[in-house]
Amino acid sequence: MSQETSSKGEDDKKRRHIRIALAGNANVGKSVIFNQLTGLHQHIGNWPGKTVERAEGTLSYRGYTIDVLDLPGIYSLSTYSIEEVISRQYIAVEKPDVVVNVVDASVLERNLFFTIQLLEIAPRMVIALNQIDMAEKKGIKVNHEKLEKLLGVPVVPTIAPRNVGIEELVEKVIEVYEKDVRPLFTLKCGPEVEARIEKLSALLREIKSPYPPRWMAIKLLEGDEEVEKIVYSEKPELEQVVKALGAEIEEIHGHSVSSVIASERYNLANRIARECTEQLIRKRRGFIEKLEEATVHPVLGYMIMAVVVAALFYGVFRFGDFVTALLESLFDMVKVAYDGWFGTGFLATLIWDGIIEGLIAGITIALPYIIPFYIALSILEDSGYLPRIAFLMDAAMHKIGLHGKGFIPLILGFGCNVPAILGCRIMETDRERLICGFVASLIPCAATSVIVMGLVATYMGTNWAIALYILDFAIILLLGRIAFKAAPGEPVGLIMEMPAYRRPTISVTASKTWFRLQDFIFTAFPIMIAGNFVIQISSLLGLLDVAEKVMSPVIVGWLGLPAATGITLTFGILRKELTLILLASLMGTTNFAAVMTPVQMFVYSTVVMVYIPCIATIAVLIKEFGYKRTLIITLVEIGFAILLGGVLYRILGILF
Amino acid sequence: MPSRSVQDYLKAIYHFNEMGLPAKTSEIASLIGVSPPSVTEMMKKLEKRGYLQYTPYRGAYLTEEGWSAAEKVMRKHRLLERFLTDILGIDKEKVHEQACELEHSLSDEVEEALCRVLKHPDTCPDDGKMIPPCSKEVSSCLECVEMRRRVRKGRELVPLTALNVGEEGVIAFIRGGRAAVQRLMDMGLTQGTRVKVLASAPFNGPLELMVRGANLAIGRGLARRIFVKAATP
Ligand SMILES: Nc1nc2c(ncn2[C@@H]2O[C@H](COP(=O)(O)OP(=O)(O)OP(=O)(O)O)[C@@H](O)[C@H]2O)c(=O)[nH]1
Ligand SMILES: [Mg+2]
Repeated sequence: MSQETSSKGEDDKKRRHIRIALAGNANVGKSVIFNQLTGLHQHIGNWPGKTVERAEGTLSYRGYTIDVLDLPGIYSLSTYSIEEVISRQYIAVEKPDVVVNVVDASVLERNLFFTIQLLEIAPRMVIALNQIDMAEKKGIKVNHEKLEKLLGVPVVPTIAPRNVGIEELVEKVIEVYEKDVRPLFTLKCGPEVEARIEKLSALLREIKSPYPPRWMAIKLLEGDEEVEKIVYSEKPELEQVVKALGAEIEEIHGHSVSSVIASERYNLANRIARECTEQLIRKRRGFIEKLEEATVHPVLGYMIMAVVVAALFYGVFRFGDFVTALLESLFDMVKVAYDGWFGTGFLATLIWDGIIEGLIAGITIALPYIIPFYIALSILEDSGYLPRIAFLMDAAMHKIGLHGKGFIPLILGFGCNVPAILGCRIMETDRERLICGFVASLIPCAATSVIVMGLVATYMGTNWAIALYILDFAIILLLGRIAFKAAPGEPVGLIMEMPAYRRPTISVTASKTWFRLQDFIFTAFPIMIAGNFVIQISSLLGLLDVAEKVMSPVIVGWLGLPAATGITLTFGILRKELTLILLASLMGTTNFAAVMTPVQMFVYSTVVMVYIPCIATIAVLIKEFGYKRTLIITLVEIGFAILLGGVLYRILGILF
Repeated sequence: MPSRSVQDYLKAIYHFNEMGLPAKTSEIASLIGVSPPSVTEMMKKLEKRGYLQYTPYRGAYLTEEGWSAAEKVMRKHRLLERFLTDILGIDKEKVHEQACELEHSLSDEVEEALCRVLKHPDTCPDDGKMIPPCSKEVSSCLECVEMRRRVRKGRELVPLTALNVGEEGVIAFIRGGRAAVQRLMDMGLTQGTRVKVLASAPFNGPLELMVRGANLAIGRGLARRIFVKAATP
């Protein structure tokens, strides 16, 4: 996209500032368009509900500064979820200059249901008819000119990931803004409903509100609580009128008003969609369809799931193990060269032990596991498999008071707990978000898996690592169940779109992995190196001995671990990788078998898995749930980890 | 008036039929707390009396006569529950059993008086279910009559969960809380919409449906409350 910087006067600049918002159903491609426009890295993937917070970015184009806002995906402008309320308030109250309604051409009818509602608020609007390639694969061809004519709103066909139509979209946005084009389209209901809407909207003319009267009239008849509050606080007498009109409609139709209006909207959406789509001869999507069936099959589905998960972990472990060994021998040679150059004097040793070793440990221990992990998760996410897992796990998730969608953030938690906890917003109620967030904070993240793989899998064998994971999942289930009992309630039922499978593209996977890796390098590496440095200094000053003594009743007495692990566990709060990296540095070796018994390794890994959310996770927990709940979660996890570790130590002591 | 135990059976069958489901022997047994063989025996008796129609392995549906008799008891039961909670202020948890005891001795006259004092309530406090309207021409509430009409007609309707994978149905109505119903409608499950069951997860897991060209997963609890008329594909 051609970018220019404007050198016009201050006045002109102001005029040339446009605010746009991307709105539409979930998983239609809003964030892909946002990223294309702004060059930012909003979370994308093939499952509904990724964007949970609105994101802002800017774009300079032909002398215009365009502020772009990415909204969470919603299906309606009612009040079912917090996202819906926020989005509609944003569109009606803060009034972006232009709303870009992103529409999935392959599910046109359902998407138009939302478009029709947007049109009722009547902002300046452009429709991005996205995913036309997917539609074609399904044998659907949408005539965008006809759609434009029927809706009276400009329609631009796009294929967002390939940047097709994005520039035209921006052009249209500018045109609509400059010419101040407003849609004139309205939903016309049957005469008996229409008459009552008109009557009511006439009464609403004087109400001061950001919403148009007709829209408020419809919402009142539907029983929308937010609009009721606005209207009845000014004109309480209208409550009776609305009730009476609603009852009349219900009597005529024999259905609730909201059902009547939803039907009207869908009928219209259906008519428009039918008129401008052409069903091509269905291309054979044989394999994809078979895959869709197989992955939700009552027997085969679970088998595939087990294989996928096992392959993921096994693949990551084998790959990481191999690369770690390779890198270790490489750095051994570096060490020899280093000693040759700088000798083994005090300063040279301090620099090596304090700075370089932290860096090397990070590279050899963490990266070989973390990179393939990120890649695997990204592929899983882009393929569209996650909603299938959620589907299969719905029944099991009810045991901890959640529905299946809650499983998606949990899977993401295997990468990192922070986005997982944010992702818990796809749950509809506060209670469910809290339980889901708590459970997500218990999921062993990539860093934790590094420790399990680096200790248990490497020195005790894969079976023990699997046993440890199974134990951990049992603990998660148990604690989740306790959380459910502490915050009881009927789980909200699952309602989730199942997107079509897509082939993950190398470019998306690569850029996502690269982006996360950068984050890892720039935030984790400094912490690891600093942590290592602090330890080396403290060790020189003799501070570590004091600290070890203080902690030793718990660490040595109860958990049966080497005293030094007290220090590593403390630093592990910063980043969980530190629990292994510092261990290497404190013990002065990466051959852990020489300094720890198998039982100690197992106990240590278990404690690391459960004991505390790292500092970044704690921060996001506070953001989502407040200080008090975060404190409780953290204390519960520490307490439980210590309790469990001690018990394990005693049980395993008998076995070995 | 039918005997007390007959009333209990009618109530149990009504409980299932009200949701559009047949009443199965085992389910009735666990609801009333008797053994399945004695249920079967009683069912035969009731069928002879013309209260119900029983098909082995499917279950029982009330006849017109059985329905009226059951509704009468249900109405008394639910009015009593309202009375106990609203007027006497007794705990919601306790009213059900009390009402079960009292309903059998409540005369029609008292029933009418209760209804008047309670200002013609629509739903019972216990589970939010509709109180059946009285048998007189006057109805306590419009929606209530509507509900009854639908449910009666609904004997040809089945919940979505009764369809097999690959079968299709046309949505007749959805029961449930306002928010959930609204959401389902927003996703395209409006009245008259054709849906196809694509998959069904085991252990009471969700259903996958094809609705208006989109694939949706719907939890089993919600799917049970979506009533459809089975359609030939
Ligand atoms: N084939 C194809 N895939 C697309 C197109 N647009 C988006 N996608 C894919 O669709 C998926 C969803 O895209 P997102 O941009 O994350 O969707 P979103 O609308 O932001 O979704 P939420 O944030 O969950 O509401 C991703 O896997 C994209 O790669 C398109 O035009 N063609
Ligand atoms: Mg998004």
